[in-house]
Amino acid sequence: MTTPHELRAQSLRLGYDGRTVIDDLDLLVPDGKVTVIVGANASGKSTLLRGIARLMKPQAGAVTLDGRDIHSMPSSAVARLLGLLPQQPVAPDGITVADLVGRGRHPHQSWFRQWTTTDEAAVARALEETSTTELADRRVDELSGGQRQRVWIAMALAQETDILLLDEPTTFLDVAHQIEVLDLLAALNHERGTTVVMVLHDLNLAARYADHLVVMVSGGIATSGPPAAVITPEVVTAAFGLDCLVVPDPVSGSPLVVPKGRFHRGDRAAS
Amino acid sequence: MSAVETSVAAVRHSRARRSRRYVVVVSLLAAVVLVIAAVSLCVGAYSLSVPDVIRTLLGGGEGRESFVVLQLRAPRLVLGMLAAVCFAVAGALFQTLLRNPLASPDIIGVSGGASFAAVFAILVLGLGGLTVSLFAFAGALVVAAVIYLLAARGGLNGYRFVLIGIGMAFMVNASLNFMITRAEVRDAQEALVWLVGSLGSARWPEIALLALCVAILLPLVAATVPRLRMLQLGDETAVGLGVNAERVRLVLLILAVALVAVATAAVGPIAFVAFVSAPIARRIVATGGLALLPSALVGIVIVTLSDLVAQHLLGSVTVPVGVITGVIGAPYLLWLLAAPGRNGRGD
Repeated sequence: MTTPHELRAQSLRLGYDGRTVIDDLDLLVPDGKVTVIVGANASGKSTLLRGIARLMKPQAGAVTLDGRDIHSMPSSAVARLLGLLPQQPVAPDGITVADLVGRGRHPHQSWFRQWTTTDEAAVARALEETSTTELADRRVDELSGGQRQRVWIAMALAQETDILLLDEPTTFLDVAHQIEVLDLLAALNHERGTTVVMVLHDLNLAARYADHLVVMVSGGIATSGPPAAVITPEVVTAAFGLDCLVVPDPVSGSPLVVPKGRFHRGDRAAS
Repeated sequence: MSAVETSVAAVRHSRARRSRRYVVVVSLLAAVVLVIAAVSLCVGAYSLSVPDVIRTLLGGGEGRESFVVLQLRAPRLVLGMLAAVCFAVAGALFQTLLRNPLASPDIIGVSGGASFAAVFAILVLGLGGLTVSLFAFAGALVVAAVIYLLAARGGLNGYRFVLIGIGMAFMVNASLNFMITRAEVRDAQEALVWLVGSLGSARWPEIALLALCVAILLPLVAATVPRLRMLQLGDETAVGLGVNAERVRLVLLILAVALVAVATAAVGPIAFVAFVSAPIARRIVATGGLALLPSALVGIVIVTLSDLVAQHLLGSVTVPVGVITGVIGAPYLLWLLAAPGRNGRGD
């Protein structure tokens, strides 16, 4: 269903107005896997995602897709391979769910090829996979936060890209809806084979859903690999300045970070 | 029915409902425009029936009828319609591109720039005729460029754009008032047209020029509409969908400024048409679309209806059309600023 792609950052330098955030970063996104980027605030994790998504032009180095610099490729050609759900997308007043999801078909349309049954089928499938079919006729501004995030993911799915980038897709959601969204993305990865790259705040959810975890520290990659190998008390302390225990997650078996604090040192567990 | 079929049916149903609503709104607005146009051509000191007017338009009128319809009323009506389309579409583009209902060319000083340049040409340089219109065009472009350059540093921000624009509008208006108060009374009278928009000067050659500009600019706008629809979802989403957000915004801002400039050069700044047309049209259509065609039709209704009022309903007094549109627009501005949840940020 999806074709293999090589998405790579090479000697990447990214920054704003002369201030460098990320310097000399190399990254190979594993094809067909879920990659999660974690790190403390201001570690550069969102900047890295923005750079991969071509929202920022590199100051040096390049992001390449199948060997070609994404900034030198035609924009709509990139958009047919690489989808993006930003942290705060804007829904126009009064737009319906079906209309919004339909706009995800833009990269596949042109003057000669307007709305077709292929577009219709892609939108229908996206609605179904995100369980938003019954919302099709509703206005986006009337939906709850969880529903709205599913609709935005549906729009990105309608784009039918082999790679999907998401910037903190669970922010502003309660814990049940966070799980719902992450399950949806995991299902998408399993069923469509879509390569998923996302930034997450919650280390434990990241460890549970990632095949490949990238830990950022002050603008560089501190370590990366399978969560079980990456998440250790030493890494968490280095990345977040947090003293913690790491135990197996009783549900998923993935590493579970249990923070220590001034009042809860975990001495009872240790003794 | 399978789950896929259910979803396809839901998509089809929703899209059909949306386009049906759009067609109904456009048809109704077009009908209203037709009625107003008919009334405009019939009513006046020399009243005509609808059949008389139709016969005259088809070339079968007598001398006096022909003069009244073809030289007095029709040019006024057509000029008002063309200018209304320019203002309404330009307003819709500005408000969409800058994501702010206050970001209308008449609020942020772009029309004011045209007026200032025209009055400068008349009062200071002693010019007249088409040269004045060229000055008006240049004035609008210069003001827009200054606002853009000041607001675009470190990424274009709609809110900052509006604030800088309002500052520019104050500067331009202050300079205008300065020139008018220093001018000879007779010159000031001539310059007054550039302070309040008026359809009184309608002549076919100028109308043909404006029509030509509209015929060039509107297809260019239409060509960028699909990309503008993606821009409505925010710059980042638009880039993700393969749209070069910054370039599309710049191109459309230039087209919008050109629309305002050619219309202002022809009729002066008809107040608030750019500001209110798109919000009214979008409220009626209510699908979250751009609604450019409905906006243009709403603009035509506002201008032609206001001109009817200005000419016939104020007793023996006739006033420029811009006075009436100002009376309509000002309360809307107050409502926009005072209504809960609307702080002018438009987000």
